[in-house]
Amino acid sequence: MKNSKLKFPDLLSIPKIDKVGVEERVATFQTRSIKNESKIQGLNMILNMIDLTTLEGKDTPGKVKQMCYKAMHLHDSFDDLPTVAAVCVYPSMVKIAKDEVKNSGVKVASVSTAFPSGQSPLDVKIYDTKFAISEGADEIDMVISRGKFLSGDYNFVFDEIAAIKDICGKVRLKVILETGELVTLDNVRKASEIAMYAGADFIKTSTGKIQPAATMQVTYTMLLAIKDFYQKTGKMIGMKPAGGISTSKLALHNLVMVKEVLGNDWLNNEYFRFGASSLANDVLMQVLKSKTGVYQSPDYFSID
Amino acid sequence: MREKKIKTTSPSLEWNYSPALESTSHLKLKKQYDLFINGEFVKPSSGKYFDTINPSNEEKLAEIAHANEEDVDKAVKAARKAFTEVWSVMPAKERAKYIFRIARIMQERSRELMVVETLDAGKTIRESRDVDVPLACNHFFYYAGWADKLEYAFPNRTVKSLGVVGQIIPWNFPLLMAAWKIAPALATGNTVVLKPAETTPLTAMLLAEIIKESGLPDGVVNIVTGYGDTGAAIVNHPDVNKIAFTGSTNVGKLIQKAIAGTDKKVTLELGGKSANIIFEDAAIDQAVEGIINGIFFNQGHVCCAGSRLFIQEPIADKVIKKLKERMQTLQVGNPLDKNTDVGAINSQEQLDTINRYIKIGKKEGAEMFQPACKIPEKGFYCPPTIFTNVAQSNIIAQEEIFGPVLTIQTFRTVDEVIQKANNSPYGLAAGIWSEKGAQIFNVSSKLKAGVIWANTYNKFDPTSPFGGYKESGFGREGGMHGLASYVKLSNK
Repeated sequence: MKNSKLKFPDLLSIPKIDKVGVEERVATFQTRSIKNESKIQGLNMILNMIDLTTLEGKDTPGKVKQMCYKAMHLHDSFDDLPTVAAVCVYPSMVKIAKDEVKNSGVKVASVSTAFPSGQSPLDVKIYDTKFAISEGADEIDMVISRGKFLSGDYNFVFDEIAAIKDICGKVRLKVILETGELVTLDNVRKASEIAMYAGADFIKTSTGKIQPAATMQVTYTMLLAIKDFYQKTGKMIGMKPAGGISTSKLALHNLVMVKEVLGNDWLNNEYFRFGASSLANDVLMQVLKSKTGVYQSPDYFSID
Repeated sequence: MREKKIKTTSPSLEWNYSPALESTSHLKLKKQYDLFINGEFVKPSSGKYFDTINPSNEEKLAEIAHANEEDVDKAVKAARKAFTEVWSVMPAKERAKYIFRIARIMQERSRELMVVETLDAGKTIRESRDVDVPLACNHFFYYAGWADKLEYAFPNRTVKSLGVVGQIIPWNFPLLMAAWKIAPALATGNTVVLKPAETTPLTAMLLAEIIKESGLPDGVVNIVTGYGDTGAAIVNHPDVNKIAFTGSTNVGKLIQKAIAGTDKKVTLELGGKSANIIFEDAAIDQAVEGIINGIFFNQGHVCCAGSRLFIQEPIADKVIKKLKERMQTLQVGNPLDKNTDVGAINSQEQLDTINRYIKIGKKEGAEMFQPACKIPEKGFYCPPTIFTNVAQSNIIAQEEIFGPVLTIQTFRTVDEVIQKANNSPYGLAAGIWSEKGAQIFNVSSKLKAGVIWANTYNKFDPTSPFGGYKESGFGREGGMHGLASYVKLSNK
């Protein structure tokens, strides 16, 4: 490993998680009432935190181009809407996406490391990542080896993340834990620690291929891990819940959670993202309702 | 095609919650509330009324009748008549229907009840909405189910009602305490004279309206409002068969003295200084939530509040740091705002008591911490407060403060913490935080407390008995045990 400064986390000292307590705490975020100005501000933040995503076997250049246009032009009849944060695609689509969004400020994120299962040799994963970066990816979303994790081979998981981070250099690395396969919150916490110590810039809940995905309980557990890591090391790690967040209300509750666990410093797309494909239109519908006073038909919101 | 300037800068701003006030437009509070005696609202014989105010802004809400001995006597007579002529001879399954109906109407009027509770008591709308009102309804539902099954609660025994019960309730959970008292009394066939606290009579008066609407026979429940003298008139009335009191230990002792030599039964639910114990193997972040919930729930106006925190030394610094950070996120302010976590102190008098203890704590040399928070100019407020560097010998660790004030002590071994937790004249509740099941069973069997929570705190349920050891009182409320306080048992 090139980066000798990396240190394997002390897994014995990480806090245990009580699931019932987590559920109770999460319920209090969900009873926060976000109204008026704070709602409008929140909705705009959400739009600007979205990684607009298409990750399908049937993705084509046509589909990716259309999505990229949407990423930059969420709803052109209103002037002051932000763009999304990034588009998220497979490595083979990175070049096409990059050409579409160039100079717009919208970033291109690429999944890699044999997404979504991660069941390939390290060489393949390294090549996958190198390819995505050479095609112009600004960010890499890698998956961890859940099989190795579940069989207790934490060093393997750590080394693999560190190896990919080595390739990434300044390209920001998001590490997908696929929490739906890790099952317990204690595992989520453990995997978060391993990822952060191995060099992740972001930790991300899910691939979107496995249910359950980004539940608030899981995101909360990861936010607590980020907080402890920040206090120990001074390094701010980003958080990306992905999969299953398709309504404004749920997204706003996620923001509440980030604010109350990590504080306002994390409330921007440098440190918080939503991985979502259908969230944007629901948020747009709410934003337009707040501007015009009425809900508009879904037909007025483009599907790309 | 429309051209558009692309905006990508991240709006990294302070994001704060806009006010989200619960609407009060649906309320129709009367200017004046009279006594509820024999199914009618009647004027007090003295003609005297007192004001009840909103502790969050000190505005007057309504005038409340002040009952004297004469009024109490009328109420007891009405209750006695209802007992002998109607309620004790009615088939139990018919009694159940009335109790069930009260629960249903309470549910229908729950929005009104929760807002009035918040206005009158200062508690947050979040708690009135999610805890007080639903739990109060559930108590009626639960005991409605018991009314015709008493012989199964006490197998091989003959169950008889007591008669007229006098019930005196506190201001911290006004409607919920009324439900805790009235529901089991009715289910067991007794009739009731209830006195709500002088600072929080409004939801009891709404409950009187609900009871009237339910068609409950006249005189089965009578509600008399007033101060301590009204309570004393109930306690001293010769025709009352039982006193059920929830409130301070001092008043509890007075009641016991007053009824000595009579055949009145009594149950007392009094003060507490409950230990909340965090072992080093606890799930720390969830334990911190439990500490917050244990002491800041209802501004600490909770008899079972986890007001003495014990943290095992290896994790003490970490827990205290996390606790302080968490306290910074508590929203203190207008209780009607749906985002408020800590509302108003119930009265000026209670605020003075709390502030007196805070002063004592500082004088004793304990280290105080309060988060930075904006407190409304008008109304009674106290920021969430913790004291570290505290010993068992500190007054603030011994006496019940009944406010959002926590004392924190550290401990080294299991035996030590059991000894310290039990080293109190009180014994109402305790909390244990550990991921080790054996530890939880061991410690809980050695703590002298009526209620013990493991890895949670301040959880209430109608099916679960509640009550204390030592100077925290005796008798149980809730669950099957709660029935026993309202019946006379004899062998078959």
